[in-house]
Amino acid sequence: MNDTLDVLLRLVGVLVVFLVFPLLVGQTEHKVMAHMQGRLGPMYAGGFHGWAQLVADGVKFAQKEDVVPAEADRRIFQLAPAIALLPYLVVLIAIPVGPDGFVGQALDAGLFFVLAVMGVGVLGSLIAGWASANKFSLLGGLRTAAQLMAYELPMLLTAASVAMAAGTLSLPGIVESYHWWWTPWQIVGGLVFFTAGLAELQRPPFDMPVADSEIIFGAYTEYTGLRFALFLLAEYAGIVVLCALTTVLFLGGWHGPWSDGLGWLWTLVKTAALAFVVIWLRVSYPRLREDQLQKLAWTVLIPLSLAQIALTGVVKVVIS
Amino acid sequence: MNHVAAHHPGFLSPTGVEITFVLVGLATLGAALLTVTTRQLVHAALWLVVALGGLAVEYLLLTAEFIAWVQVLIYVGSVVVLLLFGLMLTKAPIGRSPDADSENRWVALGVAAAAAVTLVWVVVDAFRSTWVDLHGVVQGSSHATGESLFRHWVLPFEALSVLLLAALVGAIVLSRRDGESAGAGSTSGTGKEKS
Repeated sequence: MNDTLDVLLRLVGVLVVFLVFPLLVGQTEHKVMAHMQGRLGPMYAGGFHGWAQLVADGVKFAQKEDVVPAEADRRIFQLAPAIALLPYLVVLIAIPVGPDGFVGQALDAGLFFVLAVMGVGVLGSLIAGWASANKFSLLGGLRTAAQLMAYELPMLLTAASVAMAAGTLSLPGIVESYHWWWTPWQIVGGLVFFTAGLAELQRPPFDMPVADSEIIFGAYTEYTGLRFALFLLAEYAGIVVLCALTTVLFLGGWHGPWSDGLGWLWTLVKTAALAFVVIWLRVSYPRLREDQLQKLAWTVLIPLSLAQIALTGVVKVVIS
Repeated sequence: MNHVAAHHPGFLSPTGVEITFVLVGLATLGAALLTVTTRQLVHAALWLVVALGGLAVEYLLLTAEFIAWVQVLIYVGSVVVLLLFGLMLTKAPIGRSPDADSENRWVALGVAAAAAVTLVWVVVDAFRSTWVDLHGVVQGSSHATGESLFRHWVLPFEALSVLLLAALVGAIVLSRRDGESAGAGSTSGTGKEKS
């Protein structure tokens, strides 16, 4: 009975994180972008600093009519947002927050689990693009698929480099075997991982698949109301997952000063800092063109990640 | 394994895991049948996702965690995405495609049945009285898998990697043939490339 209760509590905890953190990232994005770009709109609703902007957005989405195009493949069109969103909920289960089992469920091959399930989420925008029966959506879907295939490889390679360094695939195990000199040792891998993750989430500057000024938000063109909000939520949940994963793999998770009692806080602080960087990049970089996207992945990121694996292997052999 | 086999449970007292295994197996089989019988191309690809995912669940139930996640990563995450990419590039229509029939139905059925009989026969013959011990050490952990892969099966592993390398080189050669023949065919072509 105690075990069941334990598992249940952990799952509820993961669900709460899943429901709260993406919204926090969304709210932060509103405010940070407003400050960086001198926007007045998001600073108005509700009075102080526009705190009610996110609530107003939610109400707006809920009020909109849920439209399914006549030519669309109805069931798949309606299923797609769920396929895009749910994998991130599942991934959160395996990400450790603090030491001593402060994790939804410690998995033996946690790293593989996380990367595998994250890859499934892209199926959502792919089939959304196809099922909408809209040429812009189809173009968006095609670009999504091309981008995923280009950036999945460097992401996996750099994750493999960390697994080699730690000698384990379990995420808590990786953080436990972390030393401070890992970050300089794996810094190239970390940058590649973070960049490839951004591309997989289709965040700017890698937002060619949803480029609103040319293909009108790509795969999501035909979506309205709550289904569209679910896609947006998937993007923010993806940011949380990517930043938490980068923290766990490359920045040492809960390690830091006074980490005995406040380990979980370190994980959250590092994750939040990375999420800020994600938002910052959106504001400051122009969108990459499709050929630049592919070129960056195949001629820069993949060679860099292979070099990182070689470096990891050499250092690992030398120190052991 | 022998001490487990000595007092293995009978077939008539199935545990929860065994029942789940059979149910997931039936769902996987159903999804696989739908994959090959549906007339809607993209639906076939999506049913394939269900079939491959069901297979991953079966691996999990057999305690082969690592294999299960590799199955999801490679097949659901990459192969199906590639399939969908191909289907979208050829602009697969929404709704039925009446020409989606290779008219090899009976040959395909024969091959499938033969393959299934062979596999079931081999597996039953090899693992007749072997039972997975759910309460002991996990037998399919990444540690165990890695050890057996790089100790006992390292030669097939390396042979496979050479095969994949050959496929990679072949793909590059195939995709570059146009540019090469144009470059080698005429001197003006090479001059153009240099300028």
